[in-house]
Amino acid sequence: MTEPTRPLPNFEESDTAPFWEGTMDRQLRFQRCNDCDTVIFHPRRHCVGCLGHDLIWHDASGQGTVYSYSIVRQSYHPFFRQHLPYVVAWVDLDEGPRLLSNVVGIEDPSSDVHCGMAVRVEWEPHGDYAIPLFRPL
Amino acid sequence: MSVQQRDAAIVGIHEFPSRDVEGELSPLHIKAQSASKALADAGLTWSDVDGIYDAGEGGASGLTIAEYFGLSPTVIDTTNVGGSSYQFHAAHARRAIAAGKARVALLTYGSTAHSNVARIGTGGRGMGGYPADNLESFAGLTLIANYAMCARRHMFEFGTTSEQLAEISVATRFHAMRNPDAVRAMEDLEFLDIRETTVDDVVNSRMIADPLHLLECCMISDGGGAVVIAAPDVARDCRHKPVWILGTGEATKYPEGGADITSSAAVQSGPIGFGEAGVGPDEMDIAMIYDSFSITVLTILEDLGFCLKGEGGHWVEGGRLRFDQPSEGPALNTDGGGLSSNHPGMRGIFLLIEAARQLRGESTAQVEGAKLAVAHGNGGMLGSRHSAGTVVLGGD
Repeated sequence: MTEPTRPLPNFEESDTAPFWEGTMDRQLRFQRCNDCDTVIFHPRRHCVGCLGHDLIWHDASGQGTVYSYSIVRQSYHPFFRQHLPYVVAWVDLDEGPRLLSNVVGIEDPSSDVHCGMAVRVEWEPHGDYAIPLFRPL
Repeated sequence: MSVQQRDAAIVGIHEFPSRDVEGELSPLHIKAQSASKALADAGLTWSDVDGIYDAGEGGASGLTIAEYFGLSPTVIDTTNVGGSSYQFHAAHARRAIAAGKARVALLTYGSTAHSNVARIGTGGRGMGGYPADNLESFAGLTLIANYAMCARRHMFEFGTTSEQLAEISVATRFHAMRNPDAVRAMEDLEFLDIRETTVDDVVNSRMIADPLHLLECCMISDGGGAVVIAAPDVARDCRHKPVWILGTGEATKYPEGGADITSSAAVQSGPIGFGEAGVGPDEMDIAMIYDSFSITVLTILEDLGFCLKGEGGHWVEGGRLRFDQPSEGPALNTDGGGLSSNHPGMRGIFLLIEAARQLRGESTAQVEGAKLAVAHGNGGMLGSRHSAGTVVLGGD
């Protein structure tokens, strides 16, 4: 029996592959339109702010704030049920994109996580790639 | 104020009574049984139907269901935007009827989510199939946690409390205990301690995903139903008084661009629907609001304009949503809602059915003289990508 693992993305999926390639260098990437500066996230091939297709990948600083969060206390997923309770959060990166992730490195999720809390990316390696998690600053 | 149009009316309804079919029926069986009973309720028959509306399962679903029903419809609509699909269907059916493309529209829903052991709320696999999933599925977000994040942010911004959110669960259960089908549903799904609840009961129930407790989460049942919508001349000859569709609004919302998750797409759909109907939320006798979770209702009540954004917590206090306090405001989910009567995954059709019962005077928690109702569906996930369908209904 192999241990259940975190559900990993398809690292080669065409729209998000550049994002996941960035994680090899521990870079958190997002797209911005070269014509109208709109931030595009999740990644796509077209701009949703104008009719352009000239999207440029940028590296985010990795710093952001918790927009909202929940402490998951019941899950039937074979991996996550072993890690209860855990924190899921929407994290607003300083550059604009909003990521769904986990807040890790906390003693007591009931008291140590707050909306508006400053966090920084922390990488969980999976082969050459890595999953972006967040830890309080 | 717009001139109120009475282009189409709900003339037939049926809610499939069982919430646990023990694996012996398929969604198509439930749809066909419900359709025939809703048509009989209207005094119509299969051959009267020329429009089919169903959120479908799999490819070519419109063709599949038309053949299964044995019909040759001239209008087929398989719009699927999650649980609010049936509000979208009602809106589309009204437009097709007003345009003369259909005279009798049949809306159907069937699901065996309970028999299939569909862990919709806590399976942790997200909704699946969205392009954004490849950037989100690693985080282990359960559906309940998605909604819980809305509640958490609402509490952070506005000081909303769990006790206030619990009022929604308490009012809904109060209504469910008067609905024999809801009581049987809770028995069949092996709810513990089936009775009217208090705010303390709710906030002392087990935490599933902070800050949402067990009694703030809907059930996962089997079930389904059907609604028949007809043109005015057909409606006049049906068995029951018509329930008019006075206005409809449709909208969607996504997490992109730092969206405010304390408000929903109802902010967009509500004014369209109420504006078209020429009435306001303060005139509603009945509010059938998609209660996947307590926070869904609180958010949507604010978004529809029953109260200001952020004031919903205070507004729902004191049992004002109960059917026996009509002077206080609308009665909420008088069938018992998704929290305590019926939630097979996409509950939107039941919002139309119970609103129609109220406007006919047939509810088990009847508001005396109810004249106006709003049925508002939320589909997808409130805390990220979701749809909103507002349908304003009036008695004859």
